[in-house]
Amino acid sequence: MPQIIGVSKETAAGEKRVATVPEVVEKLIKLGFKVVVQSGAGDLANFSDDTYRAAGAEIVDTAAKLWNTSDIVFKVRGPSTEEVGLMREGGTLVSFIWPAQNPELLKQLAAKKATVLAMDSVPRVSRAQKLDALSSMANIAGYRAVIEAAHHFGRFFTGQITAAGKVPPAKVFVIGAGVAGLAAIGTASGLGAIVRANDTRPEVGDQVKSLGGEFVTVDYQEEGTGVGGYAKVMSEGFLRAQAEVFAKQAKEVDIIITTALIPGKPAPKLITADMVKSMKPGSVIVDMAAEQGGNCELTEPHQVAVKHGVTLIGYSDLPSRLSKQSSTLYATNLFRLTEELCKTKDGIIDVNMEDEVIRGTTVVKEGSVTWPPPAPKLSAAAPAAAKPAAVVSAAKKGHGHGKAGAPASAKSMTIMFAVAAVLFWFIGANAPAAFLNHFTVFVLACFVGYMVVWNVTPALHTPLMSVTNAISSIIAIGALVQVAPPLAAAAGVDRPEVWILGLAVVGVALTSINMFGGFAVTQRMLQMFRK
Amino acid sequence: MSATLATVSYIGATILFILSLGGLSNPETSRRGNIYGIIGMIIAVLATVAGPNVTASGYPWIIGAMVVGATVGLYAARIVKMTQMPELVALMHSLVGIAAVLVGFANYIDPAAAGMFKGAEKTIHELEIYIGVLIGAVTFSGSLIAFGKLSAKISGKPMLLPGRHWLNLAGLLVVLWFGAQFINTHSVSEGMLPLIVMTVIALLFGVHMVMAIGGADMPVVVSMLNSYSGWAAAATGFMLNNDLLIVTGALVGSSGAILSYIMCRAMNRHFIAVIAGGFGTEGGTPAAAGGGAQAAGEVAPILAAETAELLREAKNVIIVPGYGMAVAQAQHTVYEITKHLREKGVNVRFGIHPVAGRMPGHMNVLLAEAKVPYDIVFEMDELNEDFPDTDAAIVIGANDIVNPAAQDDPTSPIAGMPVLEVWKAKTSIVMKRSMASGYAGVDNPLFYKENNRMLFGDAKKMLDEVLVALKS
Repeated sequence: MPQIIGVSKETAAGEKRVATVPEVVEKLIKLGFKVVVQSGAGDLANFSDDTYRAAGAEIVDTAAKLWNTSDIVFKVRGPSTEEVGLMREGGTLVSFIWPAQNPELLKQLAAKKATVLAMDSVPRVSRAQKLDALSSMANIAGYRAVIEAAHHFGRFFTGQITAAGKVPPAKVFVIGAGVAGLAAIGTASGLGAIVRANDTRPEVGDQVKSLGGEFVTVDYQEEGTGVGGYAKVMSEGFLRAQAEVFAKQAKEVDIIITTALIPGKPAPKLITADMVKSMKPGSVIVDMAAEQGGNCELTEPHQVAVKHGVTLIGYSDLPSRLSKQSSTLYATNLFRLTEELCKTKDGIIDVNMEDEVIRGTTVVKEGSVTWPPPAPKLSAAAPAAAKPAAVVSAAKKGHGHGKAGAPASAKSMTIMFAVAAVLFWFIGANAPAAFLNHFTVFVLACFVGYMVVWNVTPALHTPLMSVTNAISSIIAIGALVQVAPPLAAAAGVDRPEVWILGLAVVGVALTSINMFGGFAVTQRMLQMFRK
Repeated sequence: MSATLATVSYIGATILFILSLGGLSNPETSRRGNIYGIIGMIIAVLATVAGPNVTASGYPWIIGAMVVGATVGLYAARIVKMTQMPELVALMHSLVGIAAVLVGFANYIDPAAAGMFKGAEKTIHELEIYIGVLIGAVTFSGSLIAFGKLSAKISGKPMLLPGRHWLNLAGLLVVLWFGAQFINTHSVSEGMLPLIVMTVIALLFGVHMVMAIGGADMPVVVSMLNSYSGWAAAATGFMLNNDLLIVTGALVGSSGAILSYIMCRAMNRHFIAVIAGGFGTEGGTPAAAGGGAQAAGEVAPILAAETAELLREAKNVIIVPGYGMAVAQAQHTVYEITKHLREKGVNVRFGIHPVAGRMPGHMNVLLAEAKVPYDIVFEMDELNEDFPDTDAAIVIGANDIVNPAAQDDPTSPIAGMPVLEVWKAKTSIVMKRSMASGYAGVDNPLFYKENNRMLFGDAKKMLDEVLVALKS
């Protein structure tokens, strides 16, 4: 008997999204499930009941009926107390939950013996990227933030020279280059604005550049990457240096978009009232952290306010304002999760707590609270994994050979070190002191050579060979000292003068060919390299 | 000049040599780098000649020898064609090798040099002589053969003696055995025999080693010999207790080693496999069977006039030069075409495979000679992703480095080798004299691709025709 997936109408005020769209309904049915949709669930996202019906879903009239028939309920926002009341004993719920902020809700759901998968708790590992609803929503929010800013901003984004005069391009400053920040950077630079961005995590600089933004750094040494690729709370000294940078930017730019969030903490206050005052009249601030208290001191959550001539946008429902797009992406995320839950494709889900991704997502399992999950195994790779593929163009490869390629495997490194250790021990145990001095010089010189030569650009490999060839005629010195050495040390010993002289002179002549020819030909070659 | 002053001068020279190599990181600073090298060399030579180890009676000899050497060297540097650079470099490596041998022998028969050492130090000193001469001799004969192969005086085909690995192993054992003999001798005349026998074996080994390596692997061989010449200088430095020689030798040695590594990686081959030799024979048989069947199909020829037409309409053009361009001396015509197209607003770039040509960086030098600005010359990694946006990719006398089989056909002998993905361009044009396969002896499925056209004929002649058609 296949399980029934129910898609309820969102009850939260102003929420326009729907958890599943007709296209995904078809796919869910292919996985073996039966789908019921509450009448009018998709209206605000421009999906009519008829389209759901055409996709194979059954339409039910009331929420009560939906919650009662469904084994699994798909929702966007976490359920209200009434909805929990409607929920079937032992049922399954998939939605945003925010367990850290809503411990009461967790208790209520546990009391219902429910199994709850929270889309905000999907672990940030690369395998789970396809079901990372936070990223897909943040991507939309970043885009919408720019659109909202453009709507309230009295000028073009792009610079233009028209018959009616010159228009300077708008300057946009994005704080926080997470998924939302990156989407905002990409959108704003796509509209033609000059975009700058700042983030406490220095490694996102390349991502900012790849989207056409300029990375503004805070001149203070501190690593800002916390667990799971999220930002962490920074030290006081850093915050002071950062505030200086922001104050300077505030004076210059027209639009500020803030996206700075630290998991489980109120949003950091980054834009002070003074900074807002210093901005040009008509400027816009979009505070995407408004729901968590806001990055700007003057933000009023959920609404638009004008203060000191600056428009402060504090909307907390940016994804919902693009309801068709966000519903489609969220529905696809849910579908991917369903695929993970139902690997057998027989319409029965299996909440496998051995699976790292499912374990992390599940916050209540058959009535017992399983949140928070054990610490994730992998964190460093996550920030890269969180990039939305749609907006991030692949970063160009670095120039030249740069470094010595991929690092050698641990095994071969161990072998190399072992061999080197044995070799060095052998030399140390047997060689006289005078030899060791030279040996030291030799080993160090090898390393210097290694470091220097890796920096040589491949275009100059031929000149490199001819110049090293010329330099290796330094061996002439060996011949020079044998031509006519002071003979005090060996007075009286029979010395085959003629032979030595002959060998040495021939040696000098041959190496001179090399010396002069090598440098001359190198010079000739290098003269040709021009722009 | 006192001994301490000479030592300090040597330190100065060492620093200048390091700066010299460092300068090559960028074409802008490279000329200055070469000047540093020259100054360093002048300081080193003057400090030695004026130093405590050379008495005035030697000056005429030294000056005479250096004048002779300088004349020959400068003359060679002036007349050499840029296409002949690999030969010249190989020949010069051999000079460093033979010099190491001469210095080693001279040092050994000089009682003044040997008299200073006792016990373990004497053993080490003799070992240093032995090793210095060994490396020098291998470098010398190996470089001579490489020179012969590069200048086509010797066939580029690998010469494979039966049981060649055993021959090498036997040679090594003999060298080791005579090495032990050499260290245990008490007089110069006794030690002479092992030293000479070893030298002969080392010379034969050098010949044998390079003979077994095919023409396509020459970039690796040349850079490897470059490395050897450095190690020879370093070994001589140990022998003479001279830190300047040790440092310089080590610099050159590691430089050559890195180049060899880069070249091997560019061909996706192991260094050992290249040295063991025989590419294009061992791999050739399965290739003929596997690759031949798969590559069968029609090739579409194109005329020079049509090529010009195509170029005129293109917006993005990437030119991939290979050894064929060097052989045909076509680089100047290539530049004329480039200049013409760039004036018309076509974005022309060059894609250089790391092993294109016969030595590292060979193509860059040729293009620089033809005055192609270096900022439109790119490495493989820099523009390989751009081929899908390219209207026309022109391959001039290259084959293996644009072979899609390296990516598609895991049984191909060049499977896994990084290649320029010219077939992803809208149209690719391959200039070739005939349908013969490249050095690796592998058929090239590129020729049979639908969007590929073949422009048969001598590269220089064909490009001239293209240029004329472009200008008309």
